[in-house]
Amino acid sequence: MKRLRWDAIIGLVGLLMLLVGSYIGLFAAPPERHMGEVQRLMYVHVPTAWISMLVLTAAFGFAIASMWTGRPKWDAVMTGATETGVVLGALLTVQGMIWAKPTWGVWWDWDVRLTTTLIMVLFFTGVLVLRSYVAEPERRATWSAVAVIVGYVDVPLVYFCVRWFRSLHQVQSSPETVASTMITPLRINAFAMLFLAIWFVARRSRLELARLRRESVALPPRRAPRGTAVPEAPQEG
Amino acid sequence: MSERRRRLVITLVAVLVSGGVLAYLALGGIGENLVYYWSPSELNASGDQAIGASIRLGGLVEPGSIEREPDGLTLRFAVTDGEESVRVAAKTVPPAMFREGIGVVVEGTMRSDGWFETRRLMVKHDNEYAAPGKDEDLDIKELMKSMQFDESAT
Repeated sequence: MKRLRWDAIIGLVGLLMLLVGSYIGLFAAPPERHMGEVQRLMYVHVPTAWISMLVLTAAFGFAIASMWTGRPKWDAVMTGATETGVVLGALLTVQGMIWAKPTWGVWWDWDVRLTTTLIMVLFFTGVLVLRSYVAEPERRATWSAVAVIVGYVDVPLVYFCVRWFRSLHQVQSSPETVASTMITPLRINAFAMLFLAIWFVARRSRLELARLRRESVALPPRRAPRGTAVPEAPQEG
Repeated sequence: MSERRRRLVITLVAVLVSGGVLAYLALGGIGENLVYYWSPSELNASGDQAIGASIRLGGLVEPGSIEREPDGLTLRFAVTDGEESVRVAAKTVPPAMFREGIGVVVEGTMRSDGWFETRRLMVKHDNEYAAPGKDEDLDIKELMKSMQFDESAT
């Protein structure tokens, strides 16, 4: 039998924890006194929010590493983290809308939290689009890393905007404002989401690195390594 | 400039741009110009200027102020910030969370007869999640925190 990779083990542990945490959240934790059952969305929504921002923060770090070293490895990991961040951000937005309708009364409103989150999802989707349009590997690595670094400004904004500006979305909860019986499933699912995200980033990075390598083989080398015979270009005519 | 050096300069510029924008938004006092909703005091202070304009008004539903018209279409209540209040006529079905003392954001216009007319009523939840049975205490000062009137400089 093929041995499981380290990230697959982490991912499977995450999946198992997500099942356990969600079971506790759905069946053991109490409903919220005013919101009722719909509040159980918290157990996926809040972990998705935390981990989407965390993964994009990692992408920011990988972007700097990619610029610093110029190695395709970091370019690949940055892409993996960006793509995972986009997926989690899109899920986050949809979960938020599903929760907003029965509690706030609307699917959407242009408050700062919702707007900055949408910008976050669209911007990092744009980074992935940008990558697909630049054929030259080094230029693509530089441009996408710069885009990630500049666009990252929106991520702390997503987190802090509810404290800085008036908004429809409430400010962060803390263990003091959340019933203790709700905290356990929230924590389990937060770690579950973290482990799943690590799995996704690792898998996606490996795929990207394989693509980059295949690309560099397919492209003719710019300079032949020293000491190797350079094949003559076929003569015209 | 070597290739590596060029990359590092670009990185530094990108980080500075990113950090600069964040610092400006955090410290630049942009909240004074970018107001998601007005408090009742702010709305009242603007006087006749507010009449007819499209406005978001935020505050708490004043306890004891909720009335339903016999036609079943209009909901009347007062929105308060603890100091002043504005009467609201809402022609909409309120979400189930709507009740006395909860934060609301209403989008609509101020009429010359002193009623704020809205068709879009949004409930603003605070950051507390409690199990059923926990005592509901209508401490208006405590509830008011969810409306963030302190944080946004006015």
